[in-house]
Amino acid sequence: MSSNTVLEVENLSVDITVPAGTLHAVTDLSLTVDKGETLCIVGESGCGKSITSLAIMNLLPGKATKTANKLSLEGTDLLSISEKEFANLRGDRIGMIFQDPMTSLNPVFRIGDQLEEVYIEHGKGGRKEARERAEFLLEKVGIVAPRERLSQYPHQLSGGLRQRMMIAMTLMCDPTLIIADEPTTALDVTMQAQTLNLLRSLQKEFNAGLILITHDLGVVARMADRVMVMYAGRAVETGTAVEVFDQPNHPYTQGLINCIPVPGRNEPGSKLGSIRGIVPALVGDLDGCMFRNRCDFVSDDCRGGDIELKEISPGRAYRCLLNPEESARNLTAESAA
Amino acid sequence: MNQIMGQFGHTGGEEVPALECRKVGRTYMIKRGMFAEKQPLKAVQGINLKVNRGEVLAIVGESGCGKTTLAKMLLGLLEPSEGEILLDGMPISSVSILDIAKKVQPVFQDPYSSLNPRKTIEAIISLPLKVHKIGTKEGRHARVVEYMRLVGLPKRLIHSYPNQLSGGQRQRVAIARALIMEPKIVVCDEPTSALDVSVQAHILNLLQDLREELNLTYAFISHDLAVVEHLADWVAVMYLGRLIEYGRATDIFANPKHPYTRALLDSVLTPDARLGLPEITLGRGLPNPLSPPSGCYFHPRCPKATDECSQEAPVLLETEDRLVECHLYK
Repeated sequence: MSSNTVLEVENLSVDITVPAGTLHAVTDLSLTVDKGETLCIVGESGCGKSITSLAIMNLLPGKATKTANKLSLEGTDLLSISEKEFANLRGDRIGMIFQDPMTSLNPVFRIGDQLEEVYIEHGKGGRKEARERAEFLLEKVGIVAPRERLSQYPHQLSGGLRQRMMIAMTLMCDPTLIIADEPTTALDVTMQAQTLNLLRSLQKEFNAGLILITHDLGVVARMADRVMVMYAGRAVETGTAVEVFDQPNHPYTQGLINCIPVPGRNEPGSKLGSIRGIVPALVGDLDGCMFRNRCDFVSDDCRGGDIELKEISPGRAYRCLLNPEESARNLTAESAA
Repeated sequence: MNQIMGQFGHTGGEEVPALECRKVGRTYMIKRGMFAEKQPLKAVQGINLKVNRGEVLAIVGESGCGKTTLAKMLLGLLEPSEGEILLDGMPISSVSILDIAKKVQPVFQDPYSSLNPRKTIEAIISLPLKVHKIGTKEGRHARVVEYMRLVGLPKRLIHSYPNQLSGGQRQRVAIARALIMEPKIVVCDEPTSALDVSVQAHILNLLQDLREELNLTYAFISHDLAVVEHLADWVAVMYLGRLIEYGRATDIFANPKHPYTRALLDSVLTPDARLGLPEITLGRGLPNPLSPPSGCYFHPRCPKATDECSQEAPVLLETEDRLVECHLYK
């Protein structure tokens, strides 16, 4: 672990008890986030990306149990602290930004009160300092006339403005780690680019680690330093953004990238690539490759045993039996087809 | 205006367009506060559009720009307060709502809320036939089976309920329900934005296939400009209820003229990891439609605004390949 590491997660698993048995929502997931670095977790609904973030923040629903070999935030062992201590961490050293700013802001309190509460609650200072900090941050997130905005209620703000308020609120206590779950999905395209720009520049300025959870490959490509692709509760591919987008090794990653229309790559009106089949149920004992029923390159070896996350260079890994040359060949064959 | 529209692109001006809007507008009367006077809110104003059979018209713009109001008018669910909408040359106002439904059908965004959870798939897909009293029970069943095959739904799902289906399957049900009346026009309001990436590709491919097979006309509302570029023949860009740019998709994507269209296109995040985030200088959100800005509605956010823009409203101009409402192109 370098001194720059903010978050370290080793072998995280989350199981949820359901009537049919045990649902393995997240299986054996490891990740690290450095200061000032952006890790994007990408995947489709049900792949476990949001559950992962909830597990890190200790906000899992009651029926879920988490196990991990290591879960540490800048040296603090998150596995051994009490829920009360955890509650103190959230909003202080871990900041959170959720998808829908309307539901994450309390509609009956003024914006200013909500921002200041975070600061005072965590014992950073009194009301006066809190107000100064709030005004300073509102200016940082590009809000003109911050004083007036602070005395408004959430419903008086537009969606983009509300999301900026959320970013400001997250920064009130100068967090070392920010977890943003689909922060721009509810916003218009023009707002999306602006909000992401803002998030990125502030994250660098405050030197915080950022975990960005999204299903939008465009957002991932433009925001991520490193990418983790999840499928069926497992990490199936990791690497820097350039590595993953230029040379995806896992057939699922390749399929995902082929699914979206890209101007210049896909002729207008032509057929888009697609992934057949549906996501497997994650209940009961799971064996073999989770993607095998949808994979074009499936072989008998994929049906059983433990398929490991193969590391091909530091930080670059994928969970597939194909070797890199084979998967590269598949990729060129596919784009030629 | 009709003449203007005929001059670019729409070859064979003789052909009666499948769908035409003539200066369509819709004004809501809004009350702000209990004792306040009602104020007019122009949700949509002065829209002129023409789409031929088998073509795809995409309507793009930010939320609140009037896309959905326009879609509701196309479906006959909302009456225009100005202008008229023509289906195959027939004014929509002269046709009963049931007859409109035979020609225009919707596919909505969220297949989780647009299907009745208490009905079986068969009942959902055959409902339009029932409402229009078409066919016998057996005949309707055969039609449902045929359309399920057409949209790629396995036959065994016919007695299932929506909650037993995946999101993609539900959207296929919604498409089958829309198509069973053999409409000429399908209004798709964000049909894939609630779906996963891999499912979205399936549905977009299906929509393309169906268009070719059934010669359908789509009015496609979307905020995903990469999807629009992939699918659309024509693009209408709306801002605060006004049509600000309209032309062939290839022309608009290759060379957007209105500064707002340019900003929209610049905001698209293509999955290229070598590029950073685009700098968008649009600032501020959409202005209040109850008191729109003077002059050009876009001038407070426009990087190229001049004094003229704040004083005088631009008119919709025709250039050789498109319509654009901006002082820059006078």
